[in-house]
Amino acid sequence: MKVTEKDVAYVADLANLELTEDERSVLLRDLNSILDYMDRLNQLDTTDVAPMAQVSDKYGVDSSKTGSARFAYAGREDVLEGLRKSLPHEKALQNAPDSDGTFFKVPKVIER
Amino acid sequence: MASAMPMEPAEHRQLETFSMDLNSLTIDAVRSAVQERKTTATSLAGMFYAKIERDDPQVGAYLILSKDRALAKAAEIDALAAKGEKLPPLGGVPVGIKDVMVTRDVRTTAGSKILGNYIPPYDCTAVARMEAAGAVMLGKLNCDEFAMGSSNENSAWHPVHNPRDLSRVPGGSSGGSAAAVAADMAVATLGSDTGGSIREPASFCGVVGLMPTYGRVSRYGLIAFASSLDRIGPLTKTVKDAATVLQIIAGRDPMDATSAEVSVPDYAAELEKPVRGLKLGVAKEYFGEGLDSEVRKSVEAAIQKLAESGCEIVPVSLPHTEYAIPTYYILATAEASSNLARFDGVRYGYRARDARTLSEMYRRSRDHGFGAEVKRRIMLGTYALSAGYYDAYYLKAQMVRTLLARDFEEAFKKVDAIVTPTSPTAAFKLGEKVDDPLSMYLADIFTVTADLVGIPGISVPCGETTENLPIGLQILGKHFDEATILRVAHAYELKQGVN
Repeated sequence: MKVTEKDVAYVADLANLELTEDERSVLLRDLNSILDYMDRLNQLDTTDVAPMAQVSDKYGVDSSKTGSARFAYAGREDVLEGLRKSLPHEKALQNAPDSDGTFFKVPKVIER
Repeated sequence: MASAMPMEPAEHRQLETFSMDLNSLTIDAVRSAVQERKTTATSLAGMFYAKIERDDPQVGAYLILSKDRALAKAAEIDALAAKGEKLPPLGGVPVGIKDVMVTRDVRTTAGSKILGNYIPPYDCTAVARMEAAGAVMLGKLNCDEFAMGSSNENSAWHPVHNPRDLSRVPGGSSGGSAAAVAADMAVATLGSDTGGSIREPASFCGVVGLMPTYGRVSRYGLIAFASSLDRIGPLTKTVKDAATVLQIIAGRDPMDATSAEVSVPDYAAELEKPVRGLKLGVAKEYFGEGLDSEVRKSVEAAIQKLAESGCEIVPVSLPHTEYAIPTYYILATAEASSNLARFDGVRYGYRARDARTLSEMYRRSRDHGFGAEVKRRIMLGTYALSAGYYDAYYLKAQMVRTLLARDFEEAFKKVDAIVTPTSPTAAFKLGEKVDDPLSMYLADIFTVTADLVGIPGISVPCGETTENLPIGLQILGKHFDEATILRVAHAYELKQGVN
């Protein structure tokens, strides 16, 4: 078993999940069986293999350039309100579970 | 607007005959019927809604119907037709949209309770382009929660039943999108594909499903699952229709920086080019252990048909195929764990009401809002990204992704496209794999590679099992070469006598 109950609690904490006792025991079983299967990646020698994060750095870019210049096509003038107008305030707040009409409201953050 | 058109008795009679053909309606057939005033977009929408009302209680493809929006668009198209103006390419065509694409003022849930009451303030680019081209959006289609699943059983609302056999799954995650086309509850639909979510359900339901190249179609307004993999694409009855929809939704969108500045060819013209002389690769890694014998037989017969059409069949090797599933499920869950961090009960979505502190509010909202599979993937992804495991899992998987990309680069030096089965089996029974996440993940074994590598893929129906369940042939192409896979798929259809 590579993943322990303590690991499940730690990872749930990182992921902002609480999870019930039942969920934790199911996850303990599932994570171990899935990660066991994932371990077959270690059969491969990846020394000197560059990691691949995305495919969009290969196409439509100016490959003679480096850094952000490669993606010049994706840039635009920095203008007020950009491509589309910002959402009106009430639209931006319309889906908020709680707001005072100006701000999103959340439970108290700082205890005193 | 001429929404209330005078209805002559003769027109009624024509409508009756027309409605009998609901099951063979293609995009061109709809548009020309509306153009030639054999029917109206409004009455067509009405017929589809009637069909949905009658049949969808058994299938479960739709989550939300957008009748007002559909009828307003239909009236607009009818007014154009009445004036004798040329209709746009999707003029009057009834379509459905997977519920992971946001639609302004039309509730969008991503199949999740956490977005149960979410009313988006803007439209997904692909949807906006469909409507601008005349499409009539009937409603939003069921899917696995946040597109995470291979059977549509992870929808927080209800499962989808395969129209070909209601005891079986439609595939996932775009299960509603495939079932709606298969059951004639839409002429075309949009789905999304992160690990096979367009192609696998297309294969299970016996329709065409196209996943375009990463960057070909804007992701703006697609609720993110795994941003380096997610793509939007069409599910249709014919390859021609898939090409028509791709033509509309393809192309650079300034709202998505990963949408590529690559020119979009005329796909309808490309379809008509001959396939004679094209080289099609067959990789032994896709015909090994675990492949159902009936699926193998059908796919091999389909490849034989393509050879008879003049394609040259060339053996290729994709040696890292067996590593694709672990690579995919590390990278996709890692990206998902990050993308789904935004659901915190603050700006939109469900909030747990009983929390006293901010941290408790985050946790309980996510605990109650997310379903079991979504939590499993968030946990797996968070684990793979956590200190001490990052190198062993996430970085390792990114390196193997490079090896998979090299496999395809090598193969595409020799061939123009690669043909494989879409899925190792036909549609399985509802409930069959729900308790075994790993066996569910393995259903994606032939589809995840194209997602990881960024290339396009299409699934076309290529026969049935002895239980009359559809089988899919997958055709994979080079980056931004949807034209060739569409052409091969179209040639196969012609050989089968479709169209």
